[in-house]
Amino acid sequence: MTQPEVLLSVENVSLTFGRVQALAHVSCEVRQGEIVAIIGPNGAGKTSLLNCISNFYRPTSGRIRFAGRDLARVPASRIAPLGIARTFQNIALYTGLSTLDNLMAARHIHMKSGFLGCLLYWGFGHREDLAHRLVVEEIIDFLEMQHIRKAVVGALPHGLRKRVELGRALALEPRLLLLDEPMTGMNQEEKEDMARFILDTYERRDVTILLIEHDMGLVMDIADRVIVLDFGKKIAEGTPEEIKQNPDVIKAYLGQEHGTL
Amino acid sequence: MSVLRPAGEFDASYAYDMATIRRPWQWAALFLLIAALYTLPLYASQGLVALLNRTIIVIIAVQGLNLLTGYTGQISLGQAAFMTVGGYISALLVNLLNWNYLPALLAAAVGAGVVGLLFGLPSLRVKGFYLVMATLAAQFIIPWFTRNAFHDVLNGAQGLNVRPPELFGIVFNTPQRYFMLTLTLLILTTVVAQNVSRSRLGRAFVSIRDHDLAAELLGVNLFKYKLQAFFLAAVYAGIAGSLAAHQLRHLNSETFGLNDSVLMLGMLVVGGLGTGMGPFLGAVVIELLIEAATVLGPVVASYFPSTATGAVQALRPLLFGLALMLFLIFEPRGLAHRWQLFKAAWRLRPFSH
Ligand SMILES: Nc1ncnc2c1ncn2[C@@H]1O[C@H](COP(=O)(O)OP(=O)(O)O)[C@@H](O)[C@H]1O
Ligand SMILES: [Mg+2]
Repeated sequence: MTQPEVLLSVENVSLTFGRVQALAHVSCEVRQGEIVAIIGPNGAGKTSLLNCISNFYRPTSGRIRFAGRDLARVPASRIAPLGIARTFQNIALYTGLSTLDNLMAARHIHMKSGFLGCLLYWGFGHREDLAHRLVVEEIIDFLEMQHIRKAVVGALPHGLRKRVELGRALALEPRLLLLDEPMTGMNQEEKEDMARFILDTYERRDVTILLIEHDMGLVMDIADRVIVLDFGKKIAEGTPEEIKQNPDVIKAYLGQEHGTL
Repeated sequence: MSVLRPAGEFDASYAYDMATIRRPWQWAALFLLIAALYTLPLYASQGLVALLNRTIIVIIAVQGLNLLTGYTGQISLGQAAFMTVGGYISALLVNLLNWNYLPALLAAAVGAGVVGLLFGLPSLRVKGFYLVMATLAAQFIIPWFTRNAFHDVLNGAQGLNVRPPELFGIVFNTPQRYFMLTLTLLILTTVVAQNVSRSRLGRAFVSIRDHDLAAELLGVNLFKYKLQAFFLAAVYAGIAGSLAAHQLRHLNSETFGLNDSVLMLGMLVVGGLGTGMGPFLGAVVIELLIEAATVLGPVVASYFPSTATGAVQALRPLLFGLALMLFLIFEPRGLAHRWQLFKAAWRLRPFSH
């Protein structure tokens, strides 16, 4: 069996904020069709790495390539059309819009109606909205959000907002999905739902997933491969089994409170 | 996940769900309302029609501001300046070049839009307070320009006498006739604003307002859409400015001032930012308040003779300020929010209480 192609490659990436070294010479690869988890203590640089991959931050040095393309030359608003979607650790939904409209807003990159077309909203513009509504409704069904379809998301509870954000990312129809702590702040039941949604997404939507998660049990269950960051450095990489036994990882985790692996 | 799927009953039901006006009786009611409005000049007093003209012009300008501030979240204090641009453009085209009013109006709209877009350029680098300052610049530069540049055409501080519009052989020189013009344009601007708000463009605007960083990572080109919002807002201002100038028959650098820009922002807050009804409710309530102040002024003055002229002059800004404060405290989401709640309750009637 040949190895699937490398979708994302992070090459020797460093990122500094003043004196803080958020990332130090990090390299890793994600192949088409994998689920890769990034773990590490708080402040390890996990979010920073995701931010670099989604061009939200520009690495101080090093290079990131997606599907062979150097992201340094891609403006932030071209990241989604390339096929990268993400969710945020602190949820970044359009709070004034309904669930439906949050997802519709994400269809932006797949729609073609221009300025005048939107002013007139006649014929094509209207038909296009209808067609994309079908795609969005499919995602709403898939994530079991029918009951909050018309609810303004700012007023939804945390767990549901996380789910809407996943839905919004899926509405982009990405090739690579970046999830920043998709289950933080959830109760056990919500976590299990979310894990199920992530796995279903993976299976049914032909998407590669790179996720940050604190819940080790879940990471071990769903990830093909795990990357461990500590103080901005990659200290280990391997299958969940290998990671569990890695002495460096155990040490990094014993150093802090939630040192359970 | 394919976009191309056979159309079926879902399409029909989603189309229904997405429609602004859904039921036949709503269409009928709307039609009757419009018909009633068009025949209003036949029985309403000249004073009322003149007040309506004024209010409609303000509503149009506030609708534009709503697209920029309410939907896109870019606060602007330049709306009155762009009205000045629109007013001057159509006044000059009609006066000097004998243009027909329709193309002159179109030129006023587009011209104001382009100027608005230029003053929107700083929005790409700055937000919030700093952007307010940048739009405020328009409020100083544009009147200054009309006073000091091209004196032989713009006539300096004196300004211009403006001819009433003439279309299809009709001269729109009475409030009643003018009402046909303002009402028609209001219907157009309302339809366009509604289209924007429910389309791809409106969703891009709101994404920028609600979370610009996320919007960018979701593929919204902030540069492009912010400028489009500034352009649209100024197009609306241009239309309103042109209508106002040809109605007043006079225009100078002070016809539309900073206080108007502030007033319109206040109307938007009172009416409800980012809602279709907001500009209507806000403009009507504030205009009524101003009317009340004009009527009440002399009454108040008769009770406090020592401050007579002061009281009359102070009453308008006082009432406006008071209304704004009360709304910010008690109904920060504006009257449109009340209206929504009312509609929701109405749909649930017999069960609501
Ligand atoms: N925008 C920023 N400005 C300054 N420092 C930052 C910024 N973003 C992250 N950092 C710093 O970089 C380090 C890594 O942060 P982060 O990537 O958020 O960690 P994690 O997601 O693993 O908890 C931390 O020390 C944090 O304070
Ligand atoms: Mg983080």
